[in-house]
Amino acid sequence: MRITQGAFSYLPDLTDDEIKAQIQYCIDNEWSVAIEFTDDPHPRNVYWEMWGLPMFDVADASGVMLEVDGCREAYPVHYVRVSAFDARLTRQTTALSFLVQRPPEEPGFQLDRQEGPDRTIRYTLRGYASERPEGQRYGRGDS
Amino acid sequence: MSAEAEKKQRWSAGVQSYASMGYYDADYVPKDTDVLACFRITPQPGVDPVEAAAAVAGESSTATWTVVWTDRLTAHEHYQAVAYQVDLVPGTDQYMAYIAYDIDLFEEGSIANLTSSIIGNVFGFKPLKALRLEDMRIPVHYVKTFPGPPHGIVMEREYLGKYGRPLLGATVKPKLGLSARNYGRVVYEALRGGLDFTKDDENINSQPFMRWRDRYLFSMEGVNKAVAATGEIKGHYLNVTAASMEDMYERAEFAKEIGSIVVMQDLTIGWTAMQSMSNWARKNGVLLHLHRAGHGTYTRQKTHGVSFRVIAKWARLIGVDHIHAGTVVGKLEGDPATTAGFYDTLRLDHVEENPAQGIYFTQDWASMPGVMPVASGGIHAGQMHDLLNYLGEDVILQFGGGTIGHPMGIGAGATANRVATEAMIKARNEGRDFVKEGMDILRDAAKGCHALSVAMDTWGDVTFDYASTDAPDVTPTPTNA
Repeated sequence: MRITQGAFSYLPDLTDDEIKAQIQYCIDNEWSVAIEFTDDPHPRNVYWEMWGLPMFDVADASGVMLEVDGCREAYPVHYVRVSAFDARLTRQTTALSFLVQRPPEEPGFQLDRQEGPDRTIRYTLRGYASERPEGQRYGRGDS
Repeated sequence: MSAEAEKKQRWSAGVQSYASMGYYDADYVPKDTDVLACFRITPQPGVDPVEAAAAVAGESSTATWTVVWTDRLTAHEHYQAVAYQVDLVPGTDQYMAYIAYDIDLFEEGSIANLTSSIIGNVFGFKPLKALRLEDMRIPVHYVKTFPGPPHGIVMEREYLGKYGRPLLGATVKPKLGLSARNYGRVVYEALRGGLDFTKDDENINSQPFMRWRDRYLFSMEGVNKAVAATGEIKGHYLNVTAASMEDMYERAEFAKEIGSIVVMQDLTIGWTAMQSMSNWARKNGVLLHLHRAGHGTYTRQKTHGVSFRVIAKWARLIGVDHIHAGTVVGKLEGDPATTAGFYDTLRLDHVEENPAQGIYFTQDWASMPGVMPVASGGIHAGQMHDLLNYLGEDVILQFGGGTIGHPMGIGAGATANRVATEAMIKARNEGRDFVKEGMDILRDAAKGCHALSVAMDTWGDVTFDYASTDAPDVTPTPTNA
């Protein structure tokens, strides 16, 4: 399966130039840019690991791309996302978020159904990969 | 007449003009705490417009048709609304009347009370041929007595983990007749294909062909399967509209129990019921969608009724997370400038007076969260550049027919919509002139997505190009660059 989180998952994976253009858009909007990674892409896993601090006041996208590359090299089979944060009053939230790396194999999720009374069902989502310990979930290249 | 004589005459038994009773004062300066209303008045032939405006002020506040001595047991001037400005709408027999109401006239946090005054008896008043409430300024002091959206745009996005693009939805079709099992199938296919939300139609409640409980169970099976297949949070607006609040609470509780992240209600249930559901949604952490069923009966005609911008304002105050607010390009009424005014009213924290968009008053929201506008009715993937241009990205684009009517199936329809959305956002962010190059951007995206290509072949040239009945009087004068 292909996890379709982030703003551009229904398009072909972005090239580095395309990633750079999106980052530049964020910088032009005066948003800070953060890089995060995980090997637990459960949709309720909000807090991916931070690759350093969010980058404030960066001048252009090249510097951010270096950090994206650094993260991808250190975690070559993790999910990596770039998120932009808008700190303006009444927003103070993420303004754009998109994947810049995904593992070569995405096993997806098991949907567990626990049958309850009166035909109700409790649903639980479980990542196949996350059955293994953190850092050993997506095969060679894990760390 | 001396001031004393005037004062004496004010209390003479019988009928007097509303203006002379104090309901008109051209020198009145509205207080920061006043509730202000702008009415479009069409007086009957021969009726003085100022007297008509004073009558509206009177009939929507303290007055009755004749002098009553019991006014003198009150500080009556404090409670009398005042028409303070009356402007002819050029080229018509209509007048814009601005009326100020002291905040003491209204119960805190009650739209039911506010509306019973402002749009109560006065709309049937004989000396007026027609009357329309165009806009209101709700003072911050009164805004703060309302709960506002249970979650609001920011919280909703953080809850869903979706940022930087319009959210996508579809209303399950056909509107009526599907069995619960088939209904859940449509939910699954549409969400699995790439939509974020599916939706009950406004008239899907609990009919003989499909009872609510069965629909809820099958829909949640569809939702959860789609979540597992995509790794995204998704939801189906379960309509809890019913005959009584007891029924509505029962349905909402069940929706929450089986894990639904969102429920919906119809405008037809009334302001008090909607506000009760708002309280429930906030207490239970469930998103609340509002379908504006029935609003066209009083919002559409330009000379009589209530403008939708007022309905939008009230809905933000009582607190809903979503409200249908027009598409501009789709099958339902929607002048671009007027619709932009609705969207600003729902989303921004500060909205400046802008008659070109039908905004007659500057409105401060005092940090009350915004409501996510929903664009629904006759829209399709081939209009994505226009939709993004007119409506922005904090919006839910709902493609019902534009998803379910796709020749390759519901999933393909959903994928086409999602690909079109992402391609357009990507192009815009890259700095392209997406409005002008919209069709090129879509055609490029369609090269990698057969579903989008088929969608464009099917609906590419479908437009609903009719003149709007509800357009602003003021159109901006083009400036010479």
